[in-house]
Amino acid sequence: MTALTDQLSAGLNSPICLTWEWTYACDLQCVHCLSSSGRRDPRELSTEEMKAIVDQLAEMQVFYVNIGGGEPMLRPDFFELVEYCVEKGVGVKFSTNGGRITAENARRLAAMDYVDIQLSLDGVDELTNDAVRGEGTYARVREAMDHLRDAGFGTFKLSVVMTRENIPQIDSYAQLANEYGAELRLTRFRPSGRGVDTWHDLHPTSAQQVELYNWLLAHPEVLTGDSFFHLSALGEPLPGLNLCGAGRVVCLIDPVGDVYACPFVLHDHFRAGSVRDEGGFAAVWRSSDLFTSLREPTNPGACGSCGSYDACGGGCMAAKFFTGLPLDAPDPECVFGHGEEALAELERNGGAQRPVATSDHSKPRGVGRKRIPLTVVQ
Amino acid sequence: MTTYVFDSSRKWRLHDRVALRPEPFGALAYHYGNRRLTFLRSHDLVSVVESLPAHNSARAAFDAVGLDPKRWPSFEHALTSLAAGDFLVEADSE
Repeated sequence: MTALTDQLSAGLNSPICLTWEWTYACDLQCVHCLSSSGRRDPRELSTEEMKAIVDQLAEMQVFYVNIGGGEPMLRPDFFELVEYCVEKGVGVKFSTNGGRITAENARRLAAMDYVDIQLSLDGVDELTNDAVRGEGTYARVREAMDHLRDAGFGTFKLSVVMTRENIPQIDSYAQLANEYGAELRLTRFRPSGRGVDTWHDLHPTSAQQVELYNWLLAHPEVLTGDSFFHLSALGEPLPGLNLCGAGRVVCLIDPVGDVYACPFVLHDHFRAGSVRDEGGFAAVWRSSDLFTSLREPTNPGACGSCGSYDACGGGCMAAKFFTGLPLDAPDPECVFGHGEEALAELERNGGAQRPVATSDHSKPRGVGRKRIPLTVVQ
Repeated sequence: MTTYVFDSSRKWRLHDRVALRPEPFGALAYHYGNRRLTFLRSHDLVSVVESLPAHNSARAAFDAVGLDPKRWPSFEHALTSLAAGDFLVEADSE
């Protein structure tokens, strides 16, 4: 590790990348939703509580927040809060499924400064996308893209969770983004939230991981949010920080004010505290027991004898946790197959003990958009 | 795109839309205009950047913060990359 990553591992005065989920409400029920969103939680933060958080973030010099959900635009005070952030000098990057990006809303967003938009699209065609995000969502997000372009919003981001089904479409994604003058943002599919149930069938194969790694090296302009650092074990490091930032440079505030180590670990085990506690978010970030322990040097565990540990750091904590692997085991998608071996070992010993969800806001079955059955189309 | 050459004999300052946040390793700089984030990896570099506008040249700023002349080339290198990312602008421009 470089001196800089050593220092980042020891934690920062304020997070670099703060994800803030504004609601658990969502009109979609995507099969890989990392927060198992669907229904609004009655304990969600009020407008005044939200503004108090913005005040504290401004004081901590958090330059921008990554707003997500659920679908953040479903909050009735969405625009009021975005405007409040911008007014306080906290930039807004928000992720949306695009359902509320009407022509009028697109114009309203285009008129605002410091606001960036990420539209989620998980397949470059209707068949691939709608299998994950629900029927009709491909057409709907294309409409949202048209509205942003017509409103002169400028560069927006197309955000894709990489799966076994859409990795073969990666060049088409780049082309689509290019047609709209958009930036492409690719992220890793983790077995978090509803992804616990679909990860096994949808996560990339090892051959696809190598393909993706080579593609990312050849396309350094593509954004990844550092999510593929486990692939750096294949050789040359990918652009970015290449470390697990959980509780060190990254964290998440959920819609009820709970603070978790990263967006992919919405589970009691990784809950550091609440913004409703004494001292608010700053106290949780600076002195919670969980974050303090995450900033201590990590034990390489089973990865200690592997020559690539310095490159991948043992991979993603969330991916291990939700597949039932110990946190010092290899990543389930370790590029050398050590994770698959570790999972197979668990199976031989009576099956992996996967953690039970502690935060699930999914709608009851049968509610929400119909999903196209998940089948591989050859 | 033009290749930006940092001239240490001129007067520089942070871009109006750049914010610095102190961190244990030095500082984080964020540019609200081009949305770039960068690391100022030492406290000496932070001191230099902060003192740039008070001096008629970057070299005068190096001198004023007591930087060993042997280290000047590496600081010029760091300031060049900050200028290339538009974090630094010439003091009489914009």
